[in-house]
Amino acid sequence: MIFLRRQVPLLITLITGIVFAAQYYVPHPASEQMLTSVTKWLQIIGGFALVLGVSSLFHVHAVKIRRKEAGWGYSFVLYVGMLGTIAVGLWSNGKEAVDGTMTAFGWIYNFMMVPLQGTMFAILAFFIASAAYRSFRARSREAAVLLIAAVIVMMGRVPLGEYLIPLSGDLSQWILNVLNASVRRAILIGVSLGTVALSIKIIFGMERSYLGGGKE
Amino acid sequence: MRGKGLGVRGKSRAVAQYFFLAACVIGLSHSPALAQTSLTPPQDVRAFDTPSDGGGSLTVIWSPASYDSAAAKYQVLLSEGTTVPDPAAMKVVAEFPANQRYVRESKWPWWTKPATGEQHQFTLRNGRGVELKNGAAYSITVAVVLNDDRVIATPVQATPQPNWMNWNQMNNLLLAFLFGGIVFYAIGTARKREIFLRRIPGLDAVDEAIGRATELGKPILYLTGAHDMSDPSTIAAAVILGRVAKRTAAYGTDLLVPHRDPITMAVCQEITKQAYLEAGKPDLYKDDSNFFITSDQFSYTAAVDGIMLRKKPAANFFMGHYFAEALLLTETGASTGAIQIAGTDADHQLPFFVTTCDYTLIGEELYAASAYLSREPVQVGTLRGQDIGKALILGVLGVGTVLATLGVMLDVQWPQLFLDIFKDVK
Repeated sequence: MIFLRRQVPLLITLITGIVFAAQYYVPHPASEQMLTSVTKWLQIIGGFALVLGVSSLFHVHAVKIRRKEAGWGYSFVLYVGMLGTIAVGLWSNGKEAVDGTMTAFGWIYNFMMVPLQGTMFAILAFFIASAAYRSFRARSREAAVLLIAAVIVMMGRVPLGEYLIPLSGDLSQWILNVLNASVRRAILIGVSLGTVALSIKIIFGMERSYLGGGKE
Repeated sequence: MRGKGLGVRGKSRAVAQYFFLAACVIGLSHSPALAQTSLTPPQDVRAFDTPSDGGGSLTVIWSPASYDSAAAKYQVLLSEGTTVPDPAAMKVVAEFPANQRYVRESKWPWWTKPATGEQHQFTLRNGRGVELKNGAAYSITVAVVLNDDRVIATPVQATPQPNWMNWNQMNNLLLAFLFGGIVFYAIGTARKREIFLRRIPGLDAVDEAIGRATELGKPILYLTGAHDMSDPSTIAAAVILGRVAKRTAAYGTDLLVPHRDPITMAVCQEITKQAYLEAGKPDLYKDDSNFFITSDQFSYTAAVDGIMLRKKPAANFFMGHYFAEALLLTETGASTGAIQIAGTDADHQLPFFVTTCDYTLIGEELYAASAYLSREPVQVGTLRGQDIGKALILGVLGVGTVLATLGVMLDVQWPQLFLDIFKDVK
């Protein structure tokens, strides 16, 4: 069992890791075809894994409803919403529109799902304001630098701000193009090296905690 | 006054002479005899399969000529087969001014450039009325057109075919081997002697956060990010989850791990189970601690926000890669008064994490977390390897800046040879 749980996955990781790292340097159509096939496999595996996810979701909320835990009503709403959408989706053959006419499934998506998603995204504006208020209080030297830089950039990015303080346009561009871009690139270099190092560890089996099941 | 200018008659004579001369020049330039003597066929035409590609492409190269200017035009002609009865009947597949398309403008690095920089070069690819079949022979040539004259070089033959190696990316491979070697060397060193690790406050705070949750009798919320297990940041988040789960098992604190990806959920279930086993508390492990919500970005965000508001976790961990949901999650968490620790390689979300979380692991610190928490020689050695790699890149940046500046100041090409090695390393 330990062979199947540890050695086989590590061997698969080693082989596929080396093969697909090498694939980057092979422009031959056979190499591209191999990558396309494996990407399709991943999509198929992902599709099957969705069954795992949905069963987990059903189980967690079924337990909540059965035990009448706090907020079990939300779990009930989830059940109604999910089963209702599945039923409507099957009834509409999974189509959002037929001959230009919106189906019930399309209606649920366009008039329930999309506005709800939009609402969540719109909350971001208010959260940015509250986060900015908390962060921009000049309680320390670093916060003061952040506040000054933020004010300059905000003024420089808004036509009225640039009209009131003409220098803010050039200054904000300088902050974004020089200070901000250089720091971002430094972070990206670190991230890239970290990614490569982690990949090497995984390919050669030095990092195996993601497999679960201990070190041996 | 007399000596300084011409009179009216003198001026008109000068103008007349000028126009006569101009007329002669224009007339001569339109003379067929002169055009034929000045317009020679493009010289040294070579055609070959474009190297380091997936096939379906040919490259043609020819020497510069005295008539290279915006007024003259080059045409690239193509026909199937190796015999061409009439080159003038070949299909024109490209036309451009004669002062364009030089080898020096191509993206080939110096170690794969097929000719010197001043040579003309054109690469024919499938598409836009051209269909090149791999393994089929083609005749290809170049014509020059000036005014109404057109001169065609002798056609040459070439066959497109796919290649097994992209030599243009050899610099990338070389640097990958170099970095890999450095990492292995650093791991070897770490096994022999202890390596200093600088403090990472965000990771020091992990114990504090779990301890606080234990004291308050509240759960810990751990998120693994928006990507699936194919992303290194998610793998790093899953590895840190193992360490966090071990501590929560030891303290007997509840752990909540909502997921966006079912495969990540399955992997994290295994990791969490193992962590509880290693902590000697397998009975405390709950399969439901890792649960799937949805793959949809904002539905997931709304669900996690709801969990934060209802269960009020004492500590929130945001590890992995995030998009617009980052601020929605962390700001909600901040409003509940939880200790928040974030770790992400998403540079565009870092400002949001920094402003709303108590501690943030910036970029590579996410990958360093595993080493920092475990202190295993292999992990610590990898970190040292990364640091050496960064020092190397820093050095190259400095040397490259000096070389590029010298190249411009002295107007010389040799610095480009060095700069090319580090160019386009992805």
